[in-house]
Amino acid sequence: MRFKSQKIWIFPEDDINTDVIFPGRYTYEPLSPDEMTRHALEDYDSKFIEEVEDGDIIVAGSNFGAGSSREQAVTCLQAAGISCIIAKSFARIYFRNAINQALPLVISPECSDFVTKNKENLLSSKEKIDVDFDNGVIKIKDKVFSFPKLDDQALQIFKAGGLVEYTKTRLKKST
Amino acid sequence: MVGQTLIQKILAKASGKETEGVVENEIVFVSPHRILSHDNSAAISKTFYKMVGPNGKIWDHEKIFIALDHAVPPPDAVKAGNHTVIRKFVKDQGIKYFYEGGTGICHEVLPAKGHVPPNVVILGSDSHTTTHGAFGAAGIPIGRTETASVWAIGETWLKVPESIKIILDGSLPKGVYAKDVILEIIRQITAAGATYNSIEFYGSSVKKLSMSERMTLSNLTAEMGAKAGIFPVDDVTDEWNKQFEFQYDRITADEDAKYIKTLELEVSNLTPRIAKPHKVDNVVPIEELGKTTIDVALIGTCTNGRLDDLEIAANILKDKTIHPNVRLLVYPASQEILLQATREGIIETLVAAGGQIGIPACGPCLGAYGGCIASGEKAISSANRNFKGRMGSKEDTGIYLASPATVAKSALAGYITAEEE
Repeated sequence: MRFKSQKIWIFPEDDINTDVIFPGRYTYEPLSPDEMTRHALEDYDSKFIEEVEDGDIIVAGSNFGAGSSREQAVTCLQAAGISCIIAKSFARIYFRNAINQALPLVISPECSDFVTKNKENLLSSKEKIDVDFDNGVIKIKDKVFSFPKLDDQALQIFKAGGLVEYTKTRLKKST
Repeated sequence: MVGQTLIQKILAKASGKETEGVVENEIVFVSPHRILSHDNSAAISKTFYKMVGPNGKIWDHEKIFIALDHAVPPPDAVKAGNHTVIRKFVKDQGIKYFYEGGTGICHEVLPAKGHVPPNVVILGSDSHTTTHGAFGAAGIPIGRTETASVWAIGETWLKVPESIKIILDGSLPKGVYAKDVILEIIRQITAAGATYNSIEFYGSSVKKLSMSERMTLSNLTAEMGAKAGIFPVDDVTDEWNKQFEFQYDRITADEDAKYIKTLELEVSNLTPRIAKPHKVDNVVPIEELGKTTIDVALIGTCTNGRLDDLEIAANILKDKTIHPNVRLLVYPASQEILLQATREGIIETLVAAGGQIGIPACGPCLGAYGGCIASGEKAISSANRNFKGRMGSKEDTGIYLASPATVAKSALAGYITAEEE
């Protein structure tokens, strides 16, 4: 699996929580993924919903997705077109939720630092990020960063296209 | 076998590896003693049927626990309809442990109804599932799709975490509570400092903490990113367990068990703490906070809505009236607590002081109903999160987290204070 970003969204702040990614006031309304998208990052960056495009990549600081276990915080970004999130680290439940929805998350403190430091430059030149998820390699301009691959079990779920498909297959095998 | 921490022993037991033990970072497959969910069960049930097909059945009707609490009573037809979906699912699947709205918050009802013996794994589709570590169990939070998968196949994978040891010594001074202790711990460890880790609590203070106080500590380990926050079983736990018919051994961590970090805290000199907006680890001693007026004061939630919390607040508010610019919201964590607080005159005291009593449930903690704050307003709360927008308005000017005592004192003064009037 390999992506080339359209745009890069740079959110260098640490501990961006699931309440600002998908506010609690909408969590108990039955919404489709597209409806969830309308509230994506609503309390954090109101431009995001208007300008996000298919294939965009988010680059964040540490502990991205802290707080609530709400899965909509993954789904709303994925449905908005986000192809991959690169961060210094992810909150535990967010990471699991992303595997279960087959949204690629990349842990790379070096890449996060580089992008944050060169934010203005990268944005003005409309630079793209190339992520080779299978081989654990990120390329931006002439910079190359490597990142750890998923553990085998997580990779199996991810490769199945998420936990719904994985569990379906498992149930079929057992009958 | 390498020395085992509490979480290693619990996960080894739950994955059938008791004899050989488990090692850090090993992947194990675990079947939970209970799996908890709440209003999110409607969404989970839809995902569940995607996995199993329209006629599919849950793996075990005695293992699934559902309590309605996140929008109770429902403020609109949409959220009411959400509950209808859940009731139908419970009936269709024959789920044994369903608790109707008003029974209380899931994390309060689960242990109170005897679902949390020591040494077991509790999975929960709620980040504060860590609360159940207070009872010597591993309360591990997961997401919705994963919960649907456990409903279908009865197990999930877990990575055996590394552990952090927290040692609390000394006696809490007057006016300082379990909430202040855990806020200070969060300040030191930080919001991401225990990510993927399991926390174990030790020390002379721990033996003196009630089950309610332990629940406050375990609950808030979630705010450091922890996978679990566990108290070893002791006399206090045994005493609590007498009301149930549990069979269990007291397990302890091995002497040569490995901890990646140890934090020692002498609590005798601790002063009241406050978590400033918009992060839970933005903690300072209250005396360092400038004069901060408030609009709303909230006492309740899975963190601090128990009988002792209400009683502490009532003792402060007795024969007094809250500040005219403050709305005091009180949400007892369960019907049982509300009943007991009514019998003991605690509710009468709180209402007489100007408090508004809510139905036992989550209340405005997650900003979905029942006392959301307006744009430009500030709140002090006994809850667990002060994220921007958390209480319903993205233009709030701040949520401050503190003990129920500090919340009550601030409701009287109209500004944040830990001083008695």
